[in-house]
Amino acid sequence: MEAFVDWLIGNAAGFFDAIAFSLEWLILGVTDLLLMAPAMLLIALTAALGWWLQRSIGLVIFVVASLLLISNLGYWTEMIETLVLVLMATFMCVLFGIPLGILAAHYPKFHIAIRPVLDLMQTIPTFVYLIPTLILFGLGVVPGLISTIIFAIAAPIRLTALGISSVPEELLEAGKAFGATRWKLLFKVELPAAMPNIMAGVTQCIMLSLSMVVIAALVGADGLGKPVVRALNTVNISQGFEAGLAIVLVAIMLDRLCKQPNRDH
Amino acid sequence: MSTEQNMIEIENLDVVFGDQPEQALALLDQGLSRQEIIDQTGSVVGVHNANISVKQGEICVLMGLSGSGKSSLLRTLNGLNPISRGSLKVRDGDEIVDLVTCDENTMRHLRTNRISMVFQKFALMPWLTVLENVAFGLEMKGISKKARQQSAMEKLEMVGLAEWAHSKPHELSGGMQQRVGLARAFAMDTDILLMDEPFSALDPLIRAQLQDELIELQRKMKKTILFVSHDLDEALKIGSHIAIMESAKIIQHDKPEDIVLNPKTSYVEDFVAHTNPLNVLGGRTLMTGKELLSEDSSNRIIIDRSHEYWVTLDNGKIKEAGKGDQVLPIEDWQQGDGEKGKFAVATPDISMRDAINLRYSSRLPVLLQEDGQFAGVLNDNNFYYALLGKHFVAD
Repeated sequence: MEAFVDWLIGNAAGFFDAIAFSLEWLILGVTDLLLMAPAMLLIALTAALGWWLQRSIGLVIFVVASLLLISNLGYWTEMIETLVLVLMATFMCVLFGIPLGILAAHYPKFHIAIRPVLDLMQTIPTFVYLIPTLILFGLGVVPGLISTIIFAIAAPIRLTALGISSVPEELLEAGKAFGATRWKLLFKVELPAAMPNIMAGVTQCIMLSLSMVVIAALVGADGLGKPVVRALNTVNISQGFEAGLAIVLVAIMLDRLCKQPNRDH
Repeated sequence: MSTEQNMIEIENLDVVFGDQPEQALALLDQGLSRQEIIDQTGSVVGVHNANISVKQGEICVLMGLSGSGKSSLLRTLNGLNPISRGSLKVRDGDEIVDLVTCDENTMRHLRTNRISMVFQKFALMPWLTVLENVAFGLEMKGISKKARQQSAMEKLEMVGLAEWAHSKPHELSGGMQQRVGLARAFAMDTDILLMDEPFSALDPLIRAQLQDELIELQRKMKKTILFVSHDLDEALKIGSHIAIMESAKIIQHDKPEDIVLNPKTSYVEDFVAHTNPLNVLGGRTLMTGKELLSEDSSNRIIIDRSHEYWVTLDNGKIKEAGKGDQVLPIEDWQQGDGEKGKFAVATPDISMRDAINLRYSSRLPVLLQEDGQFAGVLNDNNFYYALLGKHFVAD
């Protein structure tokens, strides 16, 4: 194992550096962009987004109140950093997880092959793979992001696979009977039918990513994890609670925003 | 295939589900039963040696209990089931396509232009609106959004659901959902329509209503329809031909009346025994023909058992009819009730239901005449035999 990691560092350092550099540039760029905008504008935009997605006054009030509270606690910058990290991780998970989930649903052998890998990724203690990612990608936000992706990607893969493989047989037959090609069957029948499951996977992925915030902070990622780690080191109860509260509020906000609206069933 | 315009021609078709169809086919040829083949190979025989052809404009009903292979046969017609052996030819405009040898593109061409399907459980896409569902097949065909929505709207109007166009399927009742399924199939404008127990999931009232609507639509559109049903009354009502299937085989393919009157096996007989002949049988099959009637000394044809009623002919046409010494009036029947004490003269095409009604309302035997020739008579015994499910026996 050690030899392998050494080999990787020796021979592929340039490759990993390139990944680390570009991801870091992306994350910091988006973060700076969001931080440039006035906090009030972002709060208004988020509230509008909440209204557009869910049509609920309660949610809008909750979003505005929590964001104001976080800003008041002085964690605005940290929250933006965390948000970018979480959304970036989720984006990556969706980008790779959904196609993998589709493959798993269509090729049972592939599903059997990746299942133990997914189990491993979810159960292995995070610190175990934090070490090699730290060595490969260096200190900072990137190893945090990579660890988050490893931890969270299993959810969208699993739920996409579940959703696609539980599309009712008669809908598939109807699709075929009306002359759908394989691609059209995927995009016009399977994916829409599996959408509730896929969205559940994405929401879960967001929550899992958020739960990695503190651990990501340990390897140098900025965000709401930092004050928690600092509070831990200095045994500062109130600081710990404040930062913890901010994390919880962000979690609830994201969850409510992403929830599938009840399509009048 | 010549001038007959066969739309579908199936010859020696076998369908076997499983990993090793060859092995199962070999066992099938040795004459093993379906169950034995399942036990030995794990393969299920869906259809065994089917031979059937369907002409343009026919409604052919595939009849049988569940597991008899009727749905399996239907699904091979649009490639949802594999063909293990035999040939299945479908008319594609002026050409004939054999589904056994055709490639994926030809299959898709058939599915978008020649054959559409209606499903038992409707199979509507729950995330699409009613209109989008009807347009689904057209979308697969690659038709522009505007054109397909317009065409879908026309079909929705045809099935009377235009005001539901923008609802989701789950807001509709079962009967309405199946109308959407019908509209979706009609929207494809195909020659052949496959219907897999389309009305089985509906309650009886709605079912009867949709059957009537289908018959009405068929009168206008003249499609070739293959209809799967497990309900003989339904089959007799809508089918122009019926193919009865039992354990993967077609055991009788005939016109509805022939199925009821001449069941080929005891299995068919059992099926037929429970049907209501009122809807199926006509005067021609029920009547006591002229050649079976006897004349009395004064050249009067006796038309009942107790030698009470008689008719006289003039060049084969009914001249007079009466009871005993009395001559009674005669009236040509078109529709509705007869008049008490007046002989009704109908054509042999009269339905059993109408004939019984005439017999009841006129209190007299019903006379049948075709092209100005006395053909026969319908009396109580003719009705009783039919109602008891027995073949007609001469008086």
